Amino acid sequence: MSHGDMNLTLKIWRQKNTETKGSFETYPISGISPDMSFLEMIDVLNEKLIVEGKEPVAFDHDCREGICGMCSMYINGRPHGPKNAVTTCQLHMRSFKNGDTIVIEPWRASAFPVIKDLAVDRTSFDRIMAAGGFVSVNTGNAQDANNLPISKEDADESFTSAACIGCGACVAACKNASAMLFVSAKVSQYALLPQGQPERKSRVLAMVAQMEEEGFGSCTNTGACEAECPKGISISNIARLNREYLGAALSSK
Amino acid sequence: MSQKLDAKIPEGNIAEKWTKYKSTVPLVNPANKRNIEIIVVGTGLAGSSAASALAEMGYKVKVFCFQDSARRAHSIAAQGGINAAKNYQNDGDSIYRLFYDTIKGGDYRAREANVHRLSEVSGNIIDQCVAQGVPFAREYGGLLSNRSFGGTQVQRTFYAAGQTGQQLLLGAYSALQRQVGMGTVKSYTRHEMLDVVNIDGKCRGIIARDLVTGKLERHFGHAVLLCTGGYGNVFYLSTNAMGSNVTAAWKAHKKGAYFANPCFTQIHPTCIPVSGDHQSKLTLMSESLRNDGRIWTPKKQGDTRKAIDIPEEERDYYLERRYPAFGNLVPRDVASRAAKERCDAGYGVGTSKMAVYLDFAANMKRYGRVEATKQNIHNPDEETIVRLGKEVVKEKYGNLFDMYKQITDENPYEVPMRIYPAVHYTMGGLWVDYNLMTTVPGLYALGEANFSDHGANRLGASALMQGLADGYFVIPYTIGAYLSNEIRTAAISTDHEAFVEAEKNVQSQIEKLMNIKGTKSVDYFHKKLGKVMWDKCGMARNEAGLKEAIAEIRAIREEFWKDLRVPGSANEFNPELEKAGRVADFIELGELMCKDALNRNESCGGHFREEYQTEEGEANRDDADYAYVAAWEFNSVGEWTLNKEELKYENIKIAQRSYK
Ligand SMILES: Cc1cc2nc3c(=O)[nH]c(=O)nc-3n(C[C@H](O)[C@H](O)[C@H](O)COP(=O)(O)OP(=O)(O)OC[C@H]3O[C@@H](n4cnc5c(N)ncnc54)[C@H](O)[C@@H]3O)c2cc1C
Ligand code: SF4
Ligand code: FES
Repeated sequence: MSHGDMNLTLKIWRQKNTETKGSFETYPISGISPDMSFLEMIDVLNEKLIVEGKEPVAFDHDCREGICGMCSMYINGRPHGPKNAVTTCQLHMRSFKNGDTIVIEPWRASAFPVIKDLAVDRTSFDRIMAAGGFVSVNTGNAQDANNLPISKEDADESFTSAACIGCGACVAACKNASAMLFVSAKVSQYALLPQGQPERKSRVLAMVAQMEEEGFGSCTNTGACEAECPKGISISNIARLNREYLGAALSSK
Repeated sequence: MSQKLDAKIPEGNIAEKWTKYKSTVPLVNPANKRNIEIIVVGTGLAGSSAASALAEMGYKVKVFCFQDSARRAHSIAAQGGINAAKNYQNDGDSIYRLFYDTIKGGDYRAREANVHRLSEVSGNIIDQCVAQGVPFAREYGGLLSNRSFGGTQVQRTFYAAGQTGQQLLLGAYSALQRQVGMGTVKSYTRHEMLDVVNIDGKCRGIIARDLVTGKLERHFGHAVLLCTGGYGNVFYLSTNAMGSNVTAAWKAHKKGAYFANPCFTQIHPTCIPVSGDHQSKLTLMSESLRNDGRIWTPKKQGDTRKAIDIPEEERDYYLERRYPAFGNLVPRDVASRAAKERCDAGYGVGTSKMAVYLDFAANMKRYGRVEATKQNIHNPDEETIVRLGKEVVKEKYGNLFDMYKQITDENPYEVPMRIYPAVHYTMGGLWVDYNLMTTVPGLYALGEANFSDHGANRLGASALMQGLADGYFVIPYTIGAYLSNEIRTAAISTDHEAFVEAEKNVQSQIEKLMNIKGTKSVDYFHKKLGKVMWDKCGMARNEAGLKEAIAEIRAIREEFWKDLRVPGSANEFNPELEKAGRVADFIELGELMCKDALNRNESCGGHFREEYQTEEGEANRDDADYAYVAAWEFNSVGEWTLNKEELKYENIKIAQRSYK
């Protein structure tokens, strides 16, 4: 092992499954290198637990490049930890100091039940998408792509909203567990493009209705979501969603 | 010997095969479609596009993935772009040229008819994605922007910053969720397929494990589509996502699907180098960076100066030197070997000396000057040029530069990136015919999971193209050839003995893994296997090494089944158990990869056998003896029969590949 010399104390939420109650367990860990990613540090812990005959910590992760949105740890009271604009998997141990105590919890929201330890169920996001997060075009009917010029500004802004990775940090950060930032990013992506216009009203109504049905809280504009979003999704998307929603709700009456 | 492989390539002129076939392939009428069930395993570009397109047509679809959401499939991580022969840049691109580049890039080991079809439908993919609202990069005039990728001399790559895969997959995922909302697709996330079920010689379903509860489930389908991605993680360290695996393909292989060209692995030249033993995965720096980055090492061996302290004339831009026609844009296999050659010869940089520089300084300044002119700044000073140049580079590659900085703690806007080759993609996969059907009737393979389009080396930006081509534009037609004969097959009960038997086997494999109760973790074995594969079946291979590797892998297999420890239980969420099953399959696959590499006494594309090289160190292909697809038939663990599909080049003259 390329040992580093950081010694840390980890306080990790352990919960066997959705039904049982969880609690914190404390684990000292040593030999951590500042070049390790946070998840590689957890790998080291798990390897140790397995060899000691204990149960490793369950957590979600896949790409480890900050793009799949699977990793989801609430570290020292902040979703994805102390650094702005990075996911847990892109957080590196050089962001911590030798001797630190690190508290690690799952996302906490009633719409995200804990599956085990640090892994939660985010299928509510999928259901919001199924309610309206799309353009209704069947395969094979599209016109030539360049027959639809779109101004670079609109395309770029749409892309910026589309960069959401669906991680749920915005929900975890919000005291109301609101999913507004996530939903508004998708609504904005389409609202900014000509392809999104035909379903502009029905989309926002359907997505917001599903969001409420899933039990996410309402938005009180605290801005915690934007501050913790690893992809820099702007709160101005929420303002746009509100306008879109109001316009759609009024005209549908 | 074995049955002859029939690729079912339609008759006729290459340019007309697909059009003609498409309009004559049998159809299934709408009323019958409603009674036909299709299982799609995988929700990457191939799986999501196939599942949504088939559901739109009226089939009943079930879709599976092991992640918690379809949107997180590994395709999400693709960075650089997607090719299409649109010729929007008016630079001489055409369907034929994309076809030609792909065959040549694959070092003449891909099937002409499939590749031509891929080129033909490439344009439709861009149209479809734009219609879905995928926000591709655009020019100021509002039209789509393009960039260049390796192995080509035209600009045909469409992109969305360094997040093209993300945007394409979210487009396909949206289409999929739309069908889920309409009830035409049923989605099973956090489910892992652990076997296929064959009845009377046809594939009729799968056994899947609910990863949350650990419960095994049986699912029937008139046809099963494996869109389960590549197997690069057999090397432990690769640019693939942590969960990427061979299990679905491997279980199908053990149930009769031939595995083709397993040794054809792509080692990508530009990845962030390994930083220590704790490393769990490697991170790609997209090939698109080679548009604007120049690759070099010091001219002096063991030079310890900082990059900026090495003067221009003491730098060796070795790709530009060796391959003046393509320069930094040679194909991946060529660029990777050249980097290895420099490092092995003692010219590497960084603490490990296993890295070369990818330098943006020159192009950053060039962009800065252009931008200054655009903004009417005359005689800009150095500082302004650099500042403006940085802004341009940031817009093109910002997320990649951020990622580099995050991982290495170095700022690539100020110092050149250090890069080294890493395992990235697998050209090999399940053998499929022109319809994308494996050797098991009713069982299909799409996307990276099949072998068909990239020969011995894939060109950049062509995997996304292939995944979406297979799913949106190929399978919806070709599956009719099979399903039109299945309209009378009623849904088979999952109480059928074949389902019972398959579930029992899966159950007993799980119990076996749980009951070893040894002393070593899954990762211990995975790392050990990866090291053997990288050292002996990686960028360079030779006979002696491959023979040793086979012996070592067999020993690892034995140790694995004796000394593995899987904590927890089987009837709960247990990531270690998931990994254990995957590594068990990787171990068996690793042996086959070495066997395939040993069989192929030539060098071609990513397969470089040290014994077969030209005097200049280039790959020496042997077309007389090896212009075939090696399709391996499973007999028992460690025992295979080789079947050959001869490759015929009727439209492209087979030639020595040159990028000089
Ligand atoms: C970092 C990176 C960057 C890349 N950049 C580019 C690029 O710029 N351009 C390009 O063309 N290509 C690129 N590639 C290659 C390209 O991304 C992949 O080849 C392609 O996305 C594969 O798509 P797929 O649909 O075949 O499989 P994947 O996207 O890998 O999807 C596999 C699916 O199968 C599921 N699955 C697997 N096994 C099972 C099982 N047993 N049970 C249930 N589900 C299972 C997974 O859950 C997942 O949904 C890149 C690859 C990497 C690693
Ligand atoms: S808006 Fe940001 S925090 Fe919320 S899901 Fe998207 S990327 Fe994650
Ligand atoms: S593991 Fe994919 S974003 Fe962190």
